[in-house]
Amino acid sequence: MARARVYITLKEGISDPQGKTVLRALKSLGYDEVADLRVGKYMELELDGEDKGKLESRLGEMSEKLLANPIIEDYRMEVEV
Amino acid sequence: MPELFEELGLKRDEYDSICEILGREPNKVELGMYSVMWSEHCSYKSSKEQLRKLPTEGPRILMGPGENAGVVDIGDGFAVVFKLESHNHPSAVEPFQGAATGVGGIVRDIFTMGARPIASLDPLRFGSLESPRTRYLFDGVVAGIASYGNCLGIPTVAGDLYFEEAYEENPLINVMCLGIMPRERLILGRASEPGSIGVLIGSSTGRDGIGGVSVLASQEFDETSAAKRPSVQVGDPFTEKLEIEACLEMLDKGLLLGLQDLGGAGLTCATCETAERGGCGMDVDVGKVPLREPGMEPIEIMMSESQERMWALTSPDNLDEVLGICEKWGLDATPLATVTEGDRLRLFLDGVVIADVPASSLAQGPEYHRPAEKPAYIDKVQSADPGALPAPDDLGAALMDLLGSPNICSRRWVWEQYDHMVRLNTVLLPGGDAGVLRVMGSSKGIALSCDCNGRFCYLDPNLGTQIAVAESGRNVACTGATPVALTNCLNFGNPEKPTIFWQFVQSVEGLAEACRQLDTPVVGGNVSFYNESFGEAIYPTPVIGMLGILEDVRARVGSAFSREGDHVVLLGDTAAEFGGSEYLKVLHGKVEGKPPALDWEAEKALQKCLVRAAGAGALASAHDLSEGGLAVALAECCVQGGTGAHLELPGTLPAPAALFSESQSRAVVSVPAQRLADLEDIAAELDVPLHILGTTGGTSLEIKGMLELGVDEMSEVYDTSLEKLIAGATR
Amino acid sequence: MRFGVVVFPGSNCDHDCFYVLEHVLGQQVSYVWHGDTDVSGYDCLVLPGGFSYGDYLRTGAVARFSPVMGAIERFANAGGYVIGICNGFQILLEAGLLPGAMMRNTGLKFICRFVDIRVETSSTPWTSSASVGQVLSAPIAHNEGNYQVDTMQLEEMKRHGQVVFRYCSPEGSVLPEFNPNGATEAIAGVCSIEGNVLGMMPHPERASEAEMGSEDGLVVWRSLLTHCGVNV
Repeated sequence: MARARVYITLKEGISDPQGKTVLRALKSLGYDEVADLRVGKYMELELDGEDKGKLESRLGEMSEKLLANPIIEDYRMEVEV
Repeated sequence: MPELFEELGLKRDEYDSICEILGREPNKVELGMYSVMWSEHCSYKSSKEQLRKLPTEGPRILMGPGENAGVVDIGDGFAVVFKLESHNHPSAVEPFQGAATGVGGIVRDIFTMGARPIASLDPLRFGSLESPRTRYLFDGVVAGIASYGNCLGIPTVAGDLYFEEAYEENPLINVMCLGIMPRERLILGRASEPGSIGVLIGSSTGRDGIGGVSVLASQEFDETSAAKRPSVQVGDPFTEKLEIEACLEMLDKGLLLGLQDLGGAGLTCATCETAERGGCGMDVDVGKVPLREPGMEPIEIMMSESQERMWALTSPDNLDEVLGICEKWGLDATPLATVTEGDRLRLFLDGVVIADVPASSLAQGPEYHRPAEKPAYIDKVQSADPGALPAPDDLGAALMDLLGSPNICSRRWVWEQYDHMVRLNTVLLPGGDAGVLRVMGSSKGIALSCDCNGRFCYLDPNLGTQIAVAESGRNVACTGATPVALTNCLNFGNPEKPTIFWQFVQSVEGLAEACRQLDTPVVGGNVSFYNESFGEAIYPTPVIGMLGILEDVRARVGSAFSREGDHVVLLGDTAAEFGGSEYLKVLHGKVEGKPPALDWEAEKALQKCLVRAAGAGALASAHDLSEGGLAVALAECCVQGGTGAHLELPGTLPAPAALFSESQSRAVVSVPAQRLADLEDIAAELDVPLHILGTTGGTSLEIKGMLELGVDEMSEVYDTSLEKLIAGATR
Repeated sequence: MRFGVVVFPGSNCDHDCFYVLEHVLGQQVSYVWHGDTDVSGYDCLVLPGGFSYGDYLRTGAVARFSPVMGAIERFANAGGYVIGICNGFQILLEAGLLPGAMMRNTGLKFICRFVDIRVETSSTPWTSSASVGQVLSAPIAHNEGNYQVDTMQLEEMKRHGQVVFRYCSPEGSVLPEFNPNGATEAIAGVCSIEGNVLGMMPHPERASEAEMGSEDGLVVWRSLLTHCGVNV
């Protein structure tokens, strides 16, 4: 059994209204040190298998196909065997 | 720079004209500006010549085409602003965000005129629901419209929806918005006072949709579309909601001289169009535009189509108050332009002129006379005789098939995802012939309907377009409203193909004739060309958005049979007309024949009769006859009201025609017994054929000698089919 | 009575609440800006529906930190009447003025339609003119109305009569098929222990005129007015 994490964020250059709104809210609460903020999605998966390379390539496929919207989102993943 | 102008979508002769206008070669920034403004999307260069055929004037019309949206005087000191637009190609790439930003764009067109947006409508066309891709697109588009419109607090009150193979790769996502205002709040997108200041309000500018107009909207759609994906944008309805409130507050305080939204061609379009309309020039400091990304070049800044941005013109005296209101609403606002005498649009960066062109030359653009040639398919499809096909053995089963078919079944699954009640004006809920809104502060009502039967337009673009106008007029008339003006979104294929352009010319001529007949001028609209996938054009689809006015909103009429013992009456005559019908498609799998005939005298008389009878309080319900004919209309009246009817059809027409023909100029109404004589008088006076079919009541729809179906069993099929089809169930 | 309708950035039912209170019920109404810190002079504050701050983080999560919320909290603690409708309810939950939290509808879709709700108690100021078991027809319009609360808390709420409305059939039966959003025990509205703060997902302001298809929502407004000694 392997554990995997997938982080999905909007691509650079795509406007992030959620991030912008949360950033403003933090600033209005006095957290002036926050320079920028992007909102994304985080997923935890449990995968059957031991071959890290193969799992990564399958997870990449899943991310491309379903988990992320490659038109507007980037993803990053971590697999722990 | 030959490579560059071609890459930007300009033709050689267009490039030569630019050189002639400027008396020199344009620099890169100027070339970019011309390329977006002279794109089909912005310049209407292929359609302009044809669109002049449309009637655009009338006593109620305060503003016809040419501004951001048309304006109609509805009396009692109120004016309404409305427009229909397309967001087809962005939605085909990313359905949720494409549809969402489409709503954002049309809503900006409305409040930029000073009106508060109070209603949206969404006419949608997709491929067959059997395709998983269609289901993905459909689900995403509906969710996108819902997410944006609901957040703005603008009710989506009506729409229409068709599934046809012709839209498989190129769905049509049209969006309509209507706003209302006190007449005196009307403001134009004009920069007419030298010395006034241009202020950019709202979101920062990124590399969104750069060249979106020229690349996405003005070229055919093919495999390389995937590579154009960075043009897709993420909508921000929250910012737009704040812009609505801030702009309306500025207008109420009389602080603005002109207002324009940023849409296709972004800042280039907003600056040159406001300058051109106002007969002035403008100096723009590009370096002051707030940017979302580092390292953007002036050409990118000027062409960016970042959403949720507004362009306001104000006097220097009012500038501080304008900026104060923006700050109150949490909006960024940057003064960055000065209106000048003359005609030059000049861009500055760090004090240096980086572009200097006549504003009007950008805004007016070229105009083409395109060749038109009748496509070969027309004679072939029209020569088919659908009447010769065998009649179904079981008429009840045929009706059930139609009630469950994707183009007829209930759209509840769609409109329950839209907030259709916010703002407390929706006095007729979706599901009927037209959305009806009350007008707060007046006794009047507004009825809205969107219509276009693409099959009819495919079989005969001219007649099909006239039928679309007739049907949208009939839909609002069924609620008791008089149709007064319309907007349109003309969705066609590649106008450079003579056969496609022929469809367009025919359609515009049909539209012009219909508008003259019904006395409903065109107050604005949109042309969407290049709706093709892999070389196949969509059905010509001139979607009509009709505005109707009810003098007394209390006289509105719904479409459901909701009482027992009323007379059921068919207004209008039926002939055996199956060309392009839903019956022909669902039962025989064919799209052929001639569309039903349209007699404008009969149509106008019927609409007058409906309005007059509603005004006299004689109608308990009224429902237009369209797809699926009389049988489907009767079934819908029963299902929506939960009441049956016992009927007998008059005349000698064979059953399939009597039940399923799509003859025009017909409506089915229910009338309380004591008011039947009133309806008969009105119909006789207007020469409208009237047939008493029977009475409402009971738990089944019985048409003597033809069929009998339980209201419950019809409801089950009618109400649940769409949801099942979306889930991927096969019929 | 003097009503204040709170306007957060992104509120969109503020206008509707104002209209009903002023034109249908003939009360004094003003808007209260989210930046205000003084709410003295009002008898009842209305937190309207909408999408405050776009609901971009969590529904009500950002609005809950608006300057006006401190004042509203003090107002409520002093016994002032506060009603949160839809997004207003979500803000009251985030602010901790009412127990529980909101999740997305189980169908994962926005739902706008008329629903039936059953009055569970007539001992609140908001339902004093209603009878227990009375069924009201009013629209919902939300994406996140799936009310969640843990069992212990729920038991305590029941003990204090804090469950005010439940989704039900037209005849008044609480059945799963009439629960539109998956809310725990089909809860559609709850109040504070003292009863002066009410949160509900259905929109009473959209059911306050025959013209709009239902007048059942008037029960809520009229109960409060009667409770406060205003003739209605």
